[in-house]
Amino acid sequence: MARGGRKRIKGRGVPHEAMEDRKRKAVVLLSGGLDSMLAARLMLDQGIHVEGINFFTGFCVEGHTHAVRHDRRARPVRNNALHSAEQLGIRLHIVEVIEEYKDVVLNPRHGYGAHLNPCLDCKSFMVGRARQWMEEHDFDFIVTGEVLGQRPMSQRRDTFPVVARESGALDRLLRPLCAKLLPPTLPEREGWVDRERLLGLSGRNRKPQIAMAGAHGYEYAQPAGGCCFLTDPNYTKKLRDLWGSRGERRYDFDDIMLLKIGRHLRPRPSFKLIIGREEGENRFLEGYRNRFTHFWTPDHNGPLALLQGEVDDGDLDLACAIVARFGQGRAVQRVRVAVGRPDGSRHDREVAPLPAHALAADWYL
Amino acid sequence: MDLDARYLLCPMPVIRLSAAMAKVPAGDQLTIRCTDPGALYDIPAWCRLEGHEIIESRTEPSGEIVIVVRAGR
Repeated sequence: MARGGRKRIKGRGVPHEAMEDRKRKAVVLLSGGLDSMLAARLMLDQGIHVEGINFFTGFCVEGHTHAVRHDRRARPVRNNALHSAEQLGIRLHIVEVIEEYKDVVLNPRHGYGAHLNPCLDCKSFMVGRARQWMEEHDFDFIVTGEVLGQRPMSQRRDTFPVVARESGALDRLLRPLCAKLLPPTLPEREGWVDRERLLGLSGRNRKPQIAMAGAHGYEYAQPAGGCCFLTDPNYTKKLRDLWGSRGERRYDFDDIMLLKIGRHLRPRPSFKLIIGREEGENRFLEGYRNRFTHFWTPDHNGPLALLQGEVDDGDLDLACAIVARFGQGRAVQRVRVAVGRPDGSRHDREVAPLPAHALAADWYL
Repeated sequence: MDLDARYLLCPMPVIRLSAAMAKVPAGDQLTIRCTDPGALYDIPAWCRLEGHEIIESRTEPSGEIVIVVRAGR
């Protein structure tokens, strides 16, 4: 059974002649990367009506995540899938799937990759949600930018059928960039698309795609660490720490957002500090002042820091000393640190900033 | 109509805007407030794709971004 249940695919069993005149419609899983953009291009070139769909799991790496930090403003501050859609001239439906996606992250049937990346389950989930969308919106088939052999888990000859089956998309799933290397799908057999005008790309060499992008003048994103934080060892270390500190594997949206922002230090097993690294991060963390005990240095420029966990009075002094260490008053003998509570109350403490040598390396997550 | 998308990272402001605009009659306006600098690009881009018009876009001294959108189709 596909995740999210199965519905009858519209159009199944409808006489071929009755549907012949209608312009065929494809929904493309548009990640914001190059391959999915080219897959959409191939469909547009065949006269297919194309719309994009993009799923926001909470773990997506985007320019906006980096844009929170002022010192990275040189990077494009935009959603890559939207930028792809604009270049293609197609509509884009961004669908938030944070709650549903938890089951994929926490209980992957096919396990994880090198970190906490459940790539094969993720692909089945996303194609499955695209299938639901296709059925609800009377589209005909689903398109992805997958290339045979490009990814170790989800883009293999033996896992392609797994995705098609578990998503429920079956032969309405077309992979135009490598279609010639795969059995013909329904859109090809029915003549909705011309198989001869599809491609037979395989492997990790991206030169053909880069050449196609150049020919079309497309700009595209090439995130250095991939498009998902679950493949990032630093991020997943923090996620594992979060689960360890709670004694159970669970998370909410704010948890996974906060793991992307700031320095994370766990000086004691019972609490963690999230310390803004510059103004943009401090501003972002301000949005959480009503949820967490927080710290700042009123007399010096410095970070806003959030505290997660349970603390006693001694822990509070330690937290204040750490926060003072990361502010402009680090060389001052005593620094006033404001301690704000979620209820809006505040008290101040004077502490000696923690010396650099006292910041243990294993506090950093 | 006002929409508070402060402290949300994109694409959440776009997702919230998309849901809100579905209820805005053509010609009416919606004001969205954001803190994510990505909104300055993403919201106009989404509006262009959907046929909505940006009436005003400004960044306030606090860093908050205010964008006024007029519903198209």
